Amino acid sequence: MALPDAEQTFAALVERMRGAVAFDAKFVGIHSGGAWVAERLAQALAGDHPVGYVDVSFYRDDFNSKGLKPEVKRTELPFDVEGATIVLVDDVLYTGRSVRAAINELFDFGRPARIELAVLIDRGGRELPVEPTYAGARLAVARNLSIVLSRGDDGRLALTAEAADA
Amino acid sequence: MRDPQLDAAGLLTHLLTLEGLPAELIVRILDTAVPFVSIAERDVKKVPLLRGRSVFNLFFENSTRTRTTFEIAAKRLSADVINLNIGVSSTSKGETLLDTVDNLVAMNADMFVVRHSQSGAPHLIAAHLNRTGNAHVHVVNAGDGRHAHPTQGLLDLFTIRHYKKDFRGLTVAIVGDVLHSRVARSLIHGLTTLGVPEVRVIGPKTLLPTAVRALGVHVHHDMREGLKGCDVVVMLRLQNERMRGALLPSAGEYFKHYGLTPEKLAIAKPDAIVMHPGPMNRGIEIDSAVADGERSVILPQVTFGIAVRMAVMSILAGG
Repeated sequence: MALPDAEQTFAALVERMRGAVAFDAKFVGIHSGGAWVAERLAQALAGDHPVGYVDVSFYRDDFNSKGLKPEVKRTELPFDVEGATIVLVDDVLYTGRSVRAAINELFDFGRPARIELAVLIDRGGRELPVEPTYAGARLAVARNLSIVLSRGDDGRLALTAEAADA
Repeated sequence: MRDPQLDAAGLLTHLLTLEGLPAELIVRILDTAVPFVSIAERDVKKVPLLRGRSVFNLFFENSTRTRTTFEIAAKRLSADVINLNIGVSSTSKGETLLDTVDNLVAMNADMFVVRHSQSGAPHLIAAHLNRTGNAHVHVVNAGDGRHAHPTQGLLDLFTIRHYKKDFRGLTVAIVGDVLHSRVARSLIHGLTTLGVPEVRVIGPKTLLPTAVRALGVHVHHDMREGLKGCDVVVMLRLQNERMRGALLPSAGEYFKHYGLTPEKLAIAKPDAIVMHPGPMNRGIEIDSAVADGERSVILPQVTFGIAVRMAVMSILAGG
């Protein structure tokens, strides 16, 4: 399927967030794709936006059926979550389950004043009542495909469609 | 016959020994333990991974430390932990080991952490569970007789990797009472599987198993000789409680020959680390100046041990 250019989509996301996102909002990227987008957003947007990372593997709801994925990364939040405005950042928003897991994990670090959600791509297909505050693009994607974000050595982002795991 | 630790797809269902465990499985456990280390630094030291699961600590042999670290690991994964001190319970009323296990399975246990003075007891339980269609109940060996203590071996490997980064090129010495030590056996299997080129055991003839060379290690009776060029020195506890007969002249004599002092440690590499599985006997196998010195990583071992046990439990429970 034809996918939008990742860099153009990122630029669109930046435009939606400019002026709308709090100047002191802390960006939390969901590993791995969301982490890249969060780092880029912190550079592109004016204000003081420290970047943290969550790996939601320990909070997923499919542990009983799928187990633990082989490579779990460290959750690192180098700021106080208590009372903070947090923007959760992910590459692709689909069922909403990763976001649910990420919100649960954030609350184990404190009670944020507010959590917003920024995603590069909103592909629909939600299974939970989760909606993005900011999205770079919305597109309809067949269920048998997964949208994968990659980052080149030069830091440029790219989107590809792959056959989804059964 | 299939390794009873693995299922048909080669996934880990029980952890009984490091012997014969593929290197990639060991590395996976070590890798998984890394993010668990940081959970202990959080305000809420807990993740919901094993929420609703029941972990039974079956300790047929006394151990406060190991039982506690397994209990902490399970609780940080949000499991419910039930401690059974079997030594003073059912078995003393005549119930067999496997009857005890069947009763606990009927109480919907999800995992058994087993310590037993008899080598092979956790293996027997795992084989029984596999045979009776209860392979979904997992067994973790927390030390059986002189046989194995795989989670201690794994936490030792984790500690070595943390400080030395790479196993290839290392010289590791294990010093002391190897004869009675399941810790030494598990560590030797792990080190050789992960490609450590030189593993040495150092100790008096009476405390080294006769067939120890078959494990692929170099044997030294002179500690000074054995410590030359070592990157890692693992001191073992002198297990007086397990000794039958006069294996040693005296504790003082033992310390003189095999106790780790600053002066002997100076023979190893300048950046060598010192490990000990605990509990240590100061002044018998290790001098306080070494135990509390800057090259001692004995307390980090304890911290890493919890993360490694969390990793093992989550890999077993997650399949």
